[in-house]
Amino acid sequence: MTQATSSLPSETDANGAVAIARRSADVDALPDGLTAEDLVEVCRQMILVRTMDERIWMMNRQGKVPIAASCQGHEAAELGSLLAAQKDGDCFLFPYYRDLAVKMAAGLTPRQVMLSFMGKEGEPYSGARQFPLQGADLPRNIIQISNVVAAGLTQAVGYALACKMMGEDTVTICYFGDGATSQGETHEAMNFAAIHQLPVIFICENNKYAISTPQDAQMVVIDVAARAEGYGFPGFVIDGLDLVACYEATRQGIAHARAAGPVLIEMKVERFMPHTTDDDDRRYRDRDALDAARQYDPVAVFPAQMVERGILTPEQVDAFRADATQQVNDATDFADEAQPPDASTIYDHLYAQG
Amino acid sequence: MAEMTVIEAVRSALREEMERDERVFVMGEDVGQRGGVFLATQGFIEDFGPQRVIDSPLAEASIMGIALGAAFRGMRPIPEVQFSDFVWPSVNQLIGEAARVHYGTNGALKVPMTVRIPYGGGIRGGLYHSQNVEALFFHTPGLLVVTPSTPYEAKGLLKSAIRDDNPVIFLEHKKTYRLVRGEVPDEEYTLPIGPADIKRAGSDVTVVSYGLAMHYCLAAAEAVAADGIGAEVVDLRTLKPLDTETILDSVKKTGKLLVVHEDNISGGIGAEIAALAADEAFEYLDAPIARLCGPDVPTMPFAQTLEDAYMPSPEAIAAEIRRLAAY
Repeated sequence: MTQATSSLPSETDANGAVAIARRSADVDALPDGLTAEDLVEVCRQMILVRTMDERIWMMNRQGKVPIAASCQGHEAAELGSLLAAQKDGDCFLFPYYRDLAVKMAAGLTPRQVMLSFMGKEGEPYSGARQFPLQGADLPRNIIQISNVVAAGLTQAVGYALACKMMGEDTVTICYFGDGATSQGETHEAMNFAAIHQLPVIFICENNKYAISTPQDAQMVVIDVAARAEGYGFPGFVIDGLDLVACYEATRQGIAHARAAGPVLIEMKVERFMPHTTDDDDRRYRDRDALDAARQYDPVAVFPAQMVERGILTPEQVDAFRADATQQVNDATDFADEAQPPDASTIYDHLYAQG
Repeated sequence: MAEMTVIEAVRSALREEMERDERVFVMGEDVGQRGGVFLATQGFIEDFGPQRVIDSPLAEASIMGIALGAAFRGMRPIPEVQFSDFVWPSVNQLIGEAARVHYGTNGALKVPMTVRIPYGGGIRGGLYHSQNVEALFFHTPGLLVVTPSTPYEAKGLLKSAIRDDNPVIFLEHKKTYRLVRGEVPDEEYTLPIGPADIKRAGSDVTVVSYGLAMHYCLAAAEAVAADGIGAEVVDLRTLKPLDTETILDSVKKTGKLLVVHEDNISGGIGAEIAALAADEAFEYLDAPIARLCGPDVPTMPFAQTLEDAYMPSPEAIAAEIRRLAAY
């Protein structure tokens, strides 16, 4: 595999968070397999996900969503990588709790998403036993069991091991944040995957904060991807606000994983919102740095680029926004009127039968 | 019928299930070329190959997480924890993850995984090769916990565990591995997970136990029989689910209950059984419920005197049975 993009120059800012040089996505020279139609569809998804994300936050403030982790700032990384997985057609996903865009783009409807965040019957991941969108969405090849960060990494590696044992070509993609890289299981997962050359991609969505703890209090290296060398497989640093770069890195990563084993892709993203709806980031985030990062907000930049390049008209982008608002309104009303699970179901599915 | 030891019965069950179902595989520390430190998988790597007999790095958390992930795809992993004392790094994957998977996915995912754990003391293992770890797993909804005491049960229950679609904590008392011998049928058989077994019938005192301590209870029952005391020994065989019916039926018959286990007394299995009897057989009791269990110290110490002081003995059990009988 050739390096997907050159490493980005980076240094830590006054808060100890890593600041990287951003640049605009290159939508002129599209990589293999990516069409203008794909970009239009991703643009539509990106607007829908952001509209949903903002509404979920608002519904929390209205007391109707108990908890939410926003993916604002992660959309390009999540949608770009997922697009590569979908084009491949044989990938299985182990996302984490900030992956709303992954889960929606994988096919979850806005109504299902809102049922999940409001904890209503029909919730697709856990029957509303878990935090929103946590559990499994097997029809869309997704498993995400818990909130213990990095626990999903060893499980993803085990999944990849099983695929290899069964002679299947499936590539397992595991998403996690920078916080999870401090866990011992991250090391154990990567080491085992390397030993057995398993078809797995580790995607670190590095937003530079583990809740309030900045990157330099989590590690001394600038790039998580540098650790890959210690396991004997390739690691890449990608601008996680550049959707096309994230697509291409993942596309190449899938090919590498299937042919030669694991790869680590670090996508440098931004976390525009507090950790969750229960967090107040004013106590630890530098507002100037946050404002500076917002000028690269993919949900603003990407549609503008599409218009600039003549792939979309401003009217089409407006139509996407209007459609997103309509869908989210519908989902909100639907979920608001839905019933919560009946209390009598509390013992259901404690044990598998047979 | 062939006579074999507990470890031979375990090996036989593993081999038969691996031959029966290609989805079954073993993974753990030294299970391959070494055949496991207790030789549970002796000869397996030659017969089944390194794909299905996986020598793992020394990393229990990932042994369990990887096994769990493989189960998600439909494999039937049998991760081995080399000694129960080493299970702690993997406890998140067992209690935090595996136990909650079926429930937490609203029944979408199953965990057909059998975790083999050699446990228990009396073998001069000290604080880190002797531990009883059952109480924590017993406390965890979503797990099954199996504690065979004889070769017949070890084989029959292990085969059932491997075929079960739930995560099973399979606890093998390591002192029974070569100490306990018994008849095992030549033909195919399984034993259901759940039912206890009355190993000795009696009408005066109910003695509930499992694992190695159950054998000490049988010895004690034999000793008190000379005094005309009939002790009924209930071998739990499975801790979770607990066979409450067999326990209560026996207690209602004898009116007296002694629970014996090697694990620490506080918050142990015995506490739950005592509560069960108090809740549901109170009117039948003719004596206070008694527990003879390990003291509340961190496992049996290394020195012989201290280890002896920790372990329940047939003599101490017999004395407690006599005390209850006379009450």
